[in-house]
Amino acid sequence: MSDDTSIIDIGTVAGTPAVGPGRMPDKERKAPWWLWTAALLVLAPVTVTIVALFLRALGASSTVWETLLSLRTLQLAGRSFLLTALVTVSAVAIGVAGSWILTRTDIRRKGLWGVAFSLPLVIPSYVIAMTLISSGGPRGIFADMTGIPLPHIRGLIGAWITLTLSTYPYVFLITSAAMHRTDPALEEAARGLGSNAGRTFRTIVLPQLRPAIGASALLVALYTLSDFGSVSLMRLDVFTRAIYAQYSGRLDRTPAIVLSIVLMVIAGIVIWSEQRARGREALFSSKPTRPPAIHRMSRSQRAGATGFLASVIGLGAALPVAVLVGWAAQGVATGDGLFLSWSAITGSLSGAALAALLAMAAAVPIVVLSVRYRSRKTVWLERSVLFVFSLPHLTIAIAVVAFTVRYTRPVYQSLLVLVVVYAAIFLAQVTGPARASLLQIDPTLGDASRSLGHGTFGTMMRVTVPMISKGLLAGGALVFVTTLKELPVTLLLAPTGFTTLAVRIWAAADELLYARAASSALLLIAISVVPIYYLTIRPKEAISS
Amino acid sequence: MSQPTIEVTDATVRYGSTTAIDRLNLTVDEGSLVAIVGPSGCGKTTALRSIAGFEQLAEGTISIRGSIASDKTKTVPPEQRKVGMVFQEYALFPHISVAENVGYGVRGSHRGHRVAEVLELVGLQGHGARFPHELSGGEQQRVALARALAPEPDVVLLDEPFSNLDAPQRERMRRELRKILKTARVTAILVTHDQAEALAIADAIAVMRDGQILQSGTPDDVYEAPVDTWVAQFLGDATLFNGSVRNGKIATTLGPITAGLPDGSRATVMVRPEWLLPTKNDSGVGLVVDREFYGHDQRVEIRFPDDTIVDALVPTRKAIHVGDTVDIELADARVYEDSADR
Repeated sequence: MSDDTSIIDIGTVAGTPAVGPGRMPDKERKAPWWLWTAALLVLAPVTVTIVALFLRALGASSTVWETLLSLRTLQLAGRSFLLTALVTVSAVAIGVAGSWILTRTDIRRKGLWGVAFSLPLVIPSYVIAMTLISSGGPRGIFADMTGIPLPHIRGLIGAWITLTLSTYPYVFLITSAAMHRTDPALEEAARGLGSNAGRTFRTIVLPQLRPAIGASALLVALYTLSDFGSVSLMRLDVFTRAIYAQYSGRLDRTPAIVLSIVLMVIAGIVIWSEQRARGREALFSSKPTRPPAIHRMSRSQRAGATGFLASVIGLGAALPVAVLVGWAAQGVATGDGLFLSWSAITGSLSGAALAALLAMAAAVPIVVLSVRYRSRKTVWLERSVLFVFSLPHLTIAIAVVAFTVRYTRPVYQSLLVLVVVYAAIFLAQVTGPARASLLQIDPTLGDASRSLGHGTFGTMMRVTVPMISKGLLAGGALVFVTTLKELPVTLLLAPTGFTTLAVRIWAAADELLYARAASSALLLIAISVVPIYYLTIRPKEAISS
Repeated sequence: MSQPTIEVTDATVRYGSTTAIDRLNLTVDEGSLVAIVGPSGCGKTTALRSIAGFEQLAEGTISIRGSIASDKTKTVPPEQRKVGMVFQEYALFPHISVAENVGYGVRGSHRGHRVAEVLELVGLQGHGARFPHELSGGEQQRVALARALAPEPDVVLLDEPFSNLDAPQRERMRRELRKILKTARVTAILVTHDQAEALAIADAIAVMRDGQILQSGTPDDVYEAPVDTWVAQFLGDATLFNGSVRNGKIATTLGPITAGLPDGSRATVMVRPEWLLPTKNDSGVGLVVDREFYGHDQRVEIRFPDDTIVDALVPTRKAIHVGDTVDIELADARVYEDSADR
């Protein structure tokens, strides 16, 4: 059950159909119309705006196509690809190394290290970027404290480091879970045949981890492609930054739209190539009955492993938190205050809570359809949930703006649209765990309820929903936390006067007034810590201890 | 008693190209307990689910108390049928208590009263506050039965009700289930692959194979006079002899048997072990080669000079031992004309 809540499930939503006792497989039952209506209520508006965006671009003028094929677009694409490749490789390397050290060696205090190593998960990437920027340079915090000037941390290098620190925890959590599922007998066999720990890892463990690594690399690549906050602060011209500049700097939004479409296509190519690479892989997944073989480290190995973990944690979690605390303290000491805005706190909390509730409500009909009424149509329903989840949020926001401005002006920049878009883009985080919960439930329970006189709707509310409530709540909490950190959608779609902690942090950092962002960032981290700890970090630790 | 509670006429259910039940006919009288028995995959569970309203008919009709519940154009949904179902795995709702499970299908102010009533009927008074996972397998089954009975359905359907119980529990629950159903005066249809269970519990049995009901009737009638050799062998042990009819009789190892068929036709003779009455005789042709002692009776294996082996079921008090020679008297036999395609 502990795996239910993990982010991993999002990547593997399209699983096997449910075949219960006494049921015929491959049978397509007809779902009631209202179930489809409810399932499409949140998803359809966002999908429609994306399709409309594509249609609009097809009809765009020829000058637009010239900018599309210009040298600048190619440069943007090249830089986006380069950044994505660099981040993916380094995040996978750090994540896999960390999970090997913490599952397969005799390092002490594994639980504590594991939690600490996952901590950057709760720190928004733009906050990490902000603290790195102010640490580097001849007048940076590091130089102030030690006298040794660091080079400026900016541009490609800066974005690379920032995004690696923000994304490696995903790789770490996903591959750690996979490592716990591998059969130790295979490793013991390899060791028995004279293979040392390193060769065993390379030839036996790593191949078994390939599906997990592939899934997490996809997550990292998509995250990097769609990241907006940290590349903007690092002043690195990639697609998201260019799109935002085009969008906010010009009256004509067409160039922003065209670039958004290119970015969506790139995201599509990334997903497609991961699926291609996955095609022929056999799943080794088995239920291990024994703990894995533990590699006994020499003293120097232990020092190296400890140093590696400590420096990653230091950069990704300790440094940002320390810097933020320092800034906040400084603000209080100098009388500048905390720059905490009550409206930003309520805006963050209410927006995230509404998004979580709506996503939970929308997930129920979707998972019921996809598990209980499995058909070609419901498979497409699931795919579109994943599709919307995997698109860069900035491009979705552009699509929604373009659509609402044109066709549904009254709801343009309304709270309703904002919350619907939040719920739609993070829907996969609820349908993943909810679907896993529903698959574990015997379908005859629903039949039993119906034979006792309750209709499809009554059965859903009285039997299905209470039984998948754990999965729903876990997903809802994940939506809550990711919405709190969300930046581009909020920037583009928030109603006038509506602000969030994330927007406040970003606005302050954009004007290089980092200290003003500190208390908001600390508050954001504090709010996220508890749900993230219970949902993603702790379950894996429970297995390893 | 004039109108049957359930009437299934030519019901057919298809999944794509496979036919799960094929022109099935079944009549269930009010208050009776009918067992549908057949090997796994014969379509008996589909038949039950069709009556409950979970499957749609491609052909035929299902009537409950005289009104049509399913035909090829409409299927009254399960929740509107007044059909109680006891599922193979019980399907108790794990998130609510026993009392809430039992009361799930009951509406109105008499709910609490009715829950207490049926819990008492199944012998679980005082267990209402517990949760399903805190109960033993037998108790879970009683809760499932109580839950199905609580809304006072027209018919209760039981899908392999004893398959999750161990052998001693199974026999006890079998008797108890029958008593509970009779006390509640409820019509019931039970599905099982276990022919002994079906014969023991039911007022009437329906033997099913390949989506069709081959024979139905009281357990005694169907067991004593099966319509063909398949039904005969499915319901119990049987020894078969093949031969041709000559002068109205078929010659078998056990002697000539009156056939009632035209001379020259090929036929099969079926005898049940308890129809063979061996008597010790030093000049007998049958040799007892093996014996299994059950206590109340015994099974003896008898070999004849032509190497034919037959089983006989004999009361224990009749002393027969391995190595004895015996004569056999035949109390009964059935003759089936071989159909051309066999």
